[in-house]
Amino acid sequence: MFNSRISSIIRKEFLQLFRDPRTLALAVVIPIVQLFLLGYAATSDVRNIPLAVWDQSKTPQSRQLLDAFRAADYFTIDYFVGSTDEYQKLIESGDARVALVIPADYDIRLMEGSAKVLMVLDGSDATIGATALSTARLVGQSFATKILSEQAALSGRSAPSAPVEVRTQVWYNPDLNSAYFMIPGVIGMILSFITTILTATAIVRERERGTIEQLIVTPIRSWELVLGKLLPYVILAFVETFEIIIIGRYWFGVPVRGSLLLIIFTSGLFLMSSLGIGLFASTIANTQQEAMMTVMMYNLPSIFLSGFFFPLQAMPKFLQWVSYAIPLRYYLVVIRALLLKGVGLQAIQNEVIALAIFGVVIMGAAALRFRKRLD
Amino acid sequence: MTNYLVQANGIKKYFGKVHAVDGVDLNIKAGEIYGLVGSDGAGKTTTMRLLVGALLPDQGDVTICGYDLRKQTELARSTIGYLSQRFSMYEDLTVLENIRFFAEIRGLSATEWLPRSMEILEFVGLDKFKDRRAGQLSGGMKQKLGLASALVTRPRLLLLDEPTTGVDPVTRQDFWQLVIKLVSAPHFDSPTIFGENRGMSEGQGGGVSVIISTPYMDEASRCHRVGFMREGKIIAEDTPSNLRARFNNRVLELRGSPINKLRHVAHQDEDVEDVAAFGDKLHLRVRAGKTDLIMKRLPKEIESAGGKLTELRAIPSTLEDVFIALSEDQVFSSNPVL
Repeated sequence: MFNSRISSIIRKEFLQLFRDPRTLALAVVIPIVQLFLLGYAATSDVRNIPLAVWDQSKTPQSRQLLDAFRAADYFTIDYFVGSTDEYQKLIESGDARVALVIPADYDIRLMEGSAKVLMVLDGSDATIGATALSTARLVGQSFATKILSEQAALSGRSAPSAPVEVRTQVWYNPDLNSAYFMIPGVIGMILSFITTILTATAIVRERERGTIEQLIVTPIRSWELVLGKLLPYVILAFVETFEIIIIGRYWFGVPVRGSLLLIIFTSGLFLMSSLGIGLFASTIANTQQEAMMTVMMYNLPSIFLSGFFFPLQAMPKFLQWVSYAIPLRYYLVVIRALLLKGVGLQAIQNEVIALAIFGVVIMGAAALRFRKRLD
Repeated sequence: MTNYLVQANGIKKYFGKVHAVDGVDLNIKAGEIYGLVGSDGAGKTTTMRLLVGALLPDQGDVTICGYDLRKQTELARSTIGYLSQRFSMYEDLTVLENIRFFAEIRGLSATEWLPRSMEILEFVGLDKFKDRRAGQLSGGMKQKLGLASALVTRPRLLLLDEPTTGVDPVTRQDFWQLVIKLVSAPHFDSPTIFGENRGMSEGQGGGVSVIISTPYMDEASRCHRVGFMREGKIIAEDTPSNLRARFNNRVLELRGSPINKLRHVAHQDEDVEDVAAFGDKLHLRVRAGKTDLIMKRLPKEIESAGGKLTELRAIPSTLEDVFIALSEDQVFSSNPVL
């Protein structure tokens, strides 16, 4: 299976790779950049929502309420205002997202047990709005419960208990840190994007520069040429995978709970699809630019319909069906389960079978199309 | 089996409606230098690519060293060295790395390739540049590198597709010396230079055969045989001297003044096929068998037109004359000039 012809292609490929700083940067630096971009910037965790407060009451009671908001960790009280106009301007300019109005008779009403406060939300950003809304409700609810139990303690009665209490347990990612979700996804994205681009351009480059003509007339067989051209990018892809796993683990604290062997095995299956697409693109394209465009037609729908950014469950049924034709969809399920949940093969067997089928079919079709000829 | 190293029978290659190669037969003997000439677009490069199997013919077959190129492709290729028209070495690898790569994928072992490569680089005169990147070589050196890489596995057949196009005359000369040395010098096949001559059966003589395509007629005249291609066909094939002999006594040289009047008169003569100006001389190509007639008629015609003839004589034809005659003839198949 492995002969000197293949190894000399591999050696040549690495020589060229190390002499081409642009490609090398694409292969090694881009994964790190994407990792940090997506690990930090693409977070859906909403923290530090700027809050403007119009405290008309200015009593110990109202300050207690503000402390409760501060403690919730989701708001920072950035502005104290004295009129409706003021907080309206702050919300219009985006300096504040939420305004809290505490009426002047707040302490009196609180004693009567019917205090009301007003919360004004900027709904133009749905994510921030939704988080602010639910957090404000929670803060209000728990503050109310706290006051009730304090009053009960003062009057010597036992605290009334709520009729239903929902207790929550968050598994795998107790802090709901979105980096946990994103970083395994970055592995999938790199194995898809970088691998398809590198393999397609590496093969098309031979055609573009005319070197394919010299390769053709050597006695090397088509499959040896394909294997020799692809293997360096397999090695590179695994280097990238471990690069992301290691930085993910030690910088972002993303756990690696599953078996490393399973990670390698399933990543290998997924790689077959990517390499196959790259190879396929190289049989269509005549220039490196065409090759890039061709693999983009595969990569872009992959990213949006695989559940990388947007949850599949939230998509219309039709798009959910389309997503079944996208190998990355299965790999994302697998890699997230392996890293975060530490599952065994059994839990992900359907996805693994799907990856294997996609890999064999795509790679097979591409290899059949690949001809060691000029026409 | 015949003793031909290359046999092509009726190969055809169409690109859509274009008949790039339209029924070419070739029989190349061992030790032969065969020149493929013709205008741009005549089908030379496509023929070369069909002979190495870079393209698959629509019809016909090719046998190289007894191997059927269609069925025993890789075996046939193992006997071929090919230098394509376009530079096809890796520009980001050094000279030696290129040679090594092509030596290895052609099956030379780790112990074999280095001595062999150094030998070849010395042979083509690139040994001093072995660590230079191929992209930084001059045009002539690039061609020598291509030749070296084609030669490193000691092919029995060398296909050179316009190897000297765009190369300066001195390097062209060098290049041809290498080709001739390769084919004719007996020591090149000896163990001291090229190792044992594997795969060669006794009595074939000569050894390496070369098929070279060229637009230069001085190069064509260095070949043992020349095939003229036009519109995908080989329309004439012979040794350079035989080709020239077909035009013996059919090229006249003319001097006199005014040169434009002489030219005009010659053009008017129905038995003059072509008039070409060479400085202060005119070369006329005349119809076969009409030379004597024209030699008598033309001076009178010039005189009556008011011109002055100082010299008129038959000169030996050149391959250039043959080439132009073959390229210009409108209906070469039904009414051949030769």
